[in-house]
Parts: sequence; structure tokens; C-alpha cells
Amino acid sequence: MAAASISVTETPLVLYALRRADDALILGHRLSEWCGHAPALEEDMALANMGLDLLGQARELYSYAADVEGQGNDEDKFAYLRDVRQYRNLLLLEQPNGDFARTMARQFFYAAFADLYWRAMMKSTDATLAAIAAKSEKESAYHLRHSSEWMVRLGDGTEESHRRAQGAVDDLWAYTGEMFGVDESERALIERGVAVDPATLHPQWLKTVSNVVGEATLALPKGGWMQQGGRSGRHSEHLGHLLSELQSMQRTFPGATW
Amino acid sequence: MVTVIRNDADLRQRAWDAAAAVVDPEIPVLTIADLGVLRDVAVTDGHVEVAITPTYSGCPAMNMITLEIELALEREGFRNSKVRTVLSPAWTTDWMSEQGRQKLREYGIAPPQAASSRRALFGVQQVACPQCSSEDTEVLSEFGSTSCKALWRCRSCREPFDYFKCH
Repeated sequence: MAAASISVTETPLVLYALRRADDALILGHRLSEWCGHAPALEEDMALANMGLDLLGQARELYSYAADVEGQGNDEDKFAYLRDVRQYRNLLLLEQPNGDFARTMARQFFYAAFADLYWRAMMKSTDATLAAIAAKSEKESAYHLRHSSEWMVRLGDGTEESHRRAQGAVDDLWAYTGEMFGVDESERALIERGVAVDPATLHPQWLKTVSNVVGEATLALPKGGWMQQGGRSGRHSEHLGHLLSELQSMQRTFPGATW
Repeated sequence: MVTVIRNDADLRQRAWDAAAAVVDPEIPVLTIADLGVLRDVAVTDGHVEVAITPTYSGCPAMNMITLEIELALEREGFRNSKVRTVLSPAWTTDWMSEQGRQKLREYGIAPPQAASSRRALFGVQQVACPQCSSEDTEVLSEFGSTSCKALWRCRSCREPFDYFKCH
């Protein structure tokens, strides 16, 4: 018998931690899909390493959400026993890997944000979140450097790599706006200094992204329309497929350990 | 029969020494004390509580290190010891001891540089080869065989080597 999904009491702080944990888990899982398939051995290791960093961040955040919620859930239950509509990650991060350029563009847009975000969150009035931020910030700096170098190498590379990199930037751009949005639940945390208002980081993010994209001889799309929904559980079709793979073992054999 | 009553300071020292001797499973020349992963050892009513801190969020060695600490304390006669993980203040390579850096170099891993160079987006780093000490080296990959290492190559002696990333 398949394991049923858990129910979660999403107070603002629980929801906040789950959103960031889901971001890290879903992007980390996407990167792990490259394991054994990357274009070079060094990249295979790099992507797996970054996936591992993100998985570590996810575990800390899920554990904290479980502590705050206090309903007997834990990191494994949050990861394995929530359905697609209960996931709160950014739409950007669940987008399929596509080719290497698409994976790097997704990584670059997010790392440029995460690096700023976690550094700002080190000043959170919540001691646990500040501590998690201090660890994540160091890792994000590496992720940003890695993906920035690849954006330049691909954009300013061959005609083919340029074409693919530009295509990836164009297709993913509409998912970047969601990183800077907040709802009422999060607004309450921002007012108490627990969370940072991501909108305040947008100018710096845009500067970093514009610089790297410019150096890569690529162009940012002109369109301003942005897709959203992941933060409230309205996902693209891709997340369900990802979760079916991520969760299949625990859904089929509830509580299995090794 | 003589009963030796040890005070808490003695007990704590014994517990600390046992925990401090545990090595990193990925870099067996370094103890967790060398690495700065061991943060605190407290003894209350004969029970030991050890605090450790992860180097990288996803470091899989932490589970192994926790188990090794429990076993080391068990061998020293401490029962039901607890190991907890602390995140704050965050570990940086500055926590690594000078002795630890020396041991790393002798083991063939270039020790971490000062953390300040990390922020440069397209930063140029100068890392000395742990084999021949030449500074004519190049990075092959920012991400190496474990979370904490990058892969480098020496242009002088042609040997590839691991570099412990600064953090």
C-alpha cells in the first residue's frame, strides 16, 4: 500500500522554511540527474557537489520547519510524503535540465539571487535561520562563480553554444520574477526582521546578471511578464514527474530504511 | 582498594582527548580537532555531550564522524554520550589549525588560502603545488572529489592535486 501524504500546519515561519527547503531540494535533485551524464568528468563532479550542498541546506531547513511546526513531521516526511500541490519551491528550479546551457542558465539566475539572499539573511533576527544562511552563503558564492564562468564560456563560445545559451536565457527569464515576490505570510516575517524582503535585492541581482550576460555576448529579454505560482503550490507539469521519481521508494515501501 | 575520584575537569579532558583524536574519514591525516569541526565537549553527571559543526552543509562525513565520536567515548568508558551539531558560528577554513594545514600539505592536499579571495567573481588564485611547491598551477575544476576540495594541476611537475577550498 502506498504511503499517504502528510498534512502540514503552515504557520508563516513553517511555510517560510519549507519554501527555502523545497527550493534547495528540487534544484539539488535536478543537478543530481546529471550524475553520470555531464559533458565532462569535472562537470559531473561539480554538479553533484552543488547538488550535495543544496541537499544539505534543504535538510537543515526541513529540520527547522519540523521543530517549529511540532507536529511530529521530520525532514524525510517533508521531502517524501508531500504531494506536488504541497511543494512550495520556485517554478524556475523545477524546470527540466534540458541541455547543459539550460542547466547553467537556471543555476546562474538562481545562484546570483541565492548568494545575495543568504548573505542578507545572516542578519535575520531568527538565530537558526541566520546560522543556516551563514553556511549557505559560502556555498552559493561557489555556485555563482561556477555558473557565471559557464555563461561566459557558452555565450562567448561557438555559434552553436551561443545559440543554445541565448535560447536558455530567453526561455527561463519569465521564471526569474518569482524570486523577488512576497505574500502576506512572508510580509509578516519581513516586518519582524526574521526574513529579508527579496525585492530589495533585485537591483544588485540585475546588475550581476547584466554584467555576466553582457560579458557572455548574450542579451536579456525585453519582456517584463513574469510567471508565478510555485510558492503557493501551483506548479508546472514538470514537478510531479520529478517527485514521482524522488518519492517512489518511500511511497511504495513506507518507512523503508537502509 | 583505592577509589580515584576524578573531578569534572579531568573527565572533560579525557572526553575531549578521545573525541579530538577522531579523524575525518575523507582526509584521515586530519583529526576533527585539526579541522576545527570539534567545537565543544561538556560533561554533566558523567555523561558527555559533544558539539561538532559541519564544514559544508551536505558533507556526508558528518554522520560517520558522529558515530566515530560515540565509539571513541564508549572505549574511554563513557556511556550514552550525545553528539549534537551546531551551525553557529559557521565553520570557515580559518578554524583549521596551523598543524592541520601542515599535515594537509604533507598528505598532498594544498591547504586553504585566506577566505578573502573567495568573493571575486572571476578571481585569480595562486595555489602552491603540495608536491613541488611551484606556484605555476591551474584549476581544473572548482569542485573535486569531496565537497571541501577543488581539483588543480601543477604545470611544473605535471601532477594533479586536491586543493582544500577556502571557505
